[in-house]
Amino acid sequence: MTAATSRRPRRQTAAGVRGLFRDQPVIPLLGLLAILVVVIEVVDPGIVSIDWAGVIIKGSVPLAILAGCQTIAMLTGGIDLSVGAVASMTGFVTATMIHSPGGEVQGIVIALVAASLAGFVSGVGVGVFRVHPLIMTLGMNFVVLGLANVWQLQNVQTGAGVPANLRTLGSGAFVEVLPYSLVVFVPVMALILVGLKRTGYGRLLYAIGDNPVAARLSGARSWQVLIVLYVISGLLAGIAGLILSGYANTASVSLADSSVLPSIAAAVIGGTSIMGGRGGYAGSIVGAVILTVLAALLTILGLPEPTRQIVFGSIIVVMAAAYTRVTAES
Amino acid sequence: MSTTATLASRGRSLVGRRDVLRRNGWTFGLLGLLAVLLLFAKIVEPSYGVLAIQGLGTSVLPLAIAAVAQAVVVISGGIDLSIGSMMALTSVVAASAMYKQPDEFGIVVVIGVLALGLALGAVNGALVVTTKVPDIVVTLAMSFVWAGFALIVRPAPGGGASSWLMDLAVGPILVDWIPKATVVMLIVVAVVWIPIARSRLGLSFYALGSNALAAFRSGVPVGRTKWASYVVGGLFAALGGLALTASTGIGTPVPGPYTLESVAAVVLGGVSLAGGRGGVLGPMIAVVVLQMVRTDMTFMSIDTNLAIVAQGVILIGVVMFGSLLEIRRASR
Repeated sequence: MTAATSRRPRRQTAAGVRGLFRDQPVIPLLGLLAILVVVIEVVDPGIVSIDWAGVIIKGSVPLAILAGCQTIAMLTGGIDLSVGAVASMTGFVTATMIHSPGGEVQGIVIALVAASLAGFVSGVGVGVFRVHPLIMTLGMNFVVLGLANVWQLQNVQTGAGVPANLRTLGSGAFVEVLPYSLVVFVPVMALILVGLKRTGYGRLLYAIGDNPVAARLSGARSWQVLIVLYVISGLLAGIAGLILSGYANTASVSLADSSVLPSIAAAVIGGTSIMGGRGGYAGSIVGAVILTVLAALLTILGLPEPTRQIVFGSIIVVMAAAYTRVTAES
Repeated sequence: MSTTATLASRGRSLVGRRDVLRRNGWTFGLLGLLAVLLLFAKIVEPSYGVLAIQGLGTSVLPLAIAAVAQAVVVISGGIDLSIGSMMALTSVVAASAMYKQPDEFGIVVVIGVLALGLALGAVNGALVVTTKVPDIVVTLAMSFVWAGFALIVRPAPGGGASSWLMDLAVGPILVDWIPKATVVMLIVVAVVWIPIARSRLGLSFYALGSNALAAFRSGVPVGRTKWASYVVGGLFAALGGLALTASTGIGTPVPGPYTLESVAAVVLGGVSLAGGRGGVLGPMIAVVVLQMVRTDMTFMSIDTNLAIVAQGVILIGVVMFGSLLEIRRASR
């Protein structure tokens, strides 16, 4: 190996960088994040502080959870487009049930059960009926959105509002840098990270995404794996929706729609391949933080909304392209 | 397997009448479903008639053309999630340029907008081909970019359309119950798509979507063909944008639901999301079917929101049905 290093040092370094990006995408991503923070500090000196970090973390948590849905779905070669409608639905349903006998707990339980049910149906479609995940979850998106609208019409009188506890959860903080939403997020993060790396179920997700036929021949029952996967995804989306409604202090049936593209982008930037079999959740979390910082930077720059959209979209393409280029197997 | 099927379907003259029925079974099924839905509307609401049919032709126009745009890209094995944004951008450009201008100038604008559509598609395609980033990600990100440009062109809905353009989208032609919009749409789509489908390029689209590696080994220029599919998709998206301007008389910078609904229509229309199979007629009929489901549910005084649910259920149900057929065929 030393001989190879001395003979072709540049090749080796290039391969090293490539390996770093492929195997440990978190390290270069953290570097990118640091650069972005420096840029923000240069643009607006003095803004970077403990408070600011808390604001960024608060904003990143719902997105990071939604990116978790996309990450686990993408590992199997799927995608979950229903997260927007499901997340909006849970926040909305909880808000409409604030005055019900069981209080907000009843609302939260019902909302999360509904979210899991939506995930279960998606899972059955993808796993048993082998419907393309894009179509299955898109159809589920319509179904959940429509039902949420029906629910809205029937509950227009009851005087809805985001429960105070959810508001605290979404926008409060222990100390400035540690928002309450971390109480939910840290266990979720730990479960996904450990689940993917250390459990047989996590390995099955990678195996199915990497080579479905080989997975089947090795005895994996992919339909069961997929059903469980989409139930988890629905549940995660539901949790993200609760936090998001508390963070935004609004509940509407389209609240989380604008988070769908960023959630996919966060997973892609974080190094999860949309083709399946490669990636992990750590990268997606950093990806979500990067996107949140980026949005903050665009706001600080005072760009008008259209320009912000253009820059945001372009940067996602550029980052995804750079990532694909670096990790491409030559 | 599907490559040979597509290749065979090129040689129409060799195909018997029964084969035509079998090969287009999905399209005929959709037409049957449409007939049932129309009949149902007539029974539930006896006043459903000529005017409603004309309105139907106008209201489905933008989405039907969007579905054609999506179909071209999906047949070639890709997907374009920026179609709604491209339609918004081309529509506001058209509405702004035509506003208070003489009708003759409108023709220049139409040509310019179509060129713009080609350019937008060319950018999408070039990015997908050169960056090797999955098409879903690229086009989803580009949907933000195009929507941003649309907002720059026209921050709020407004503008105008040449009167002849608006005339094309409303009213009957020849007989009362033939909507002019539908005839115009069929002619425009036929004029653009049939020469392409019959050419080497069209064959390459199907070959690429059916099996990219096999296409490459048979000498299909894979990158260029993929790019071309996005260019053609962009052209149809621009036509869809013009249809939006024609049917509303203004330009709206916020993308409508056209992107996701075009994907739904394409799948309902018998185009395989895996690529290589299907045509452009099926998706257009699927759009009309979806619209009729909504109309029928309104007549039955069912909450319109349940119509959204129905749309999702139909989408899932039809695709499940299709894949069940496939699973049974495979296991036999």
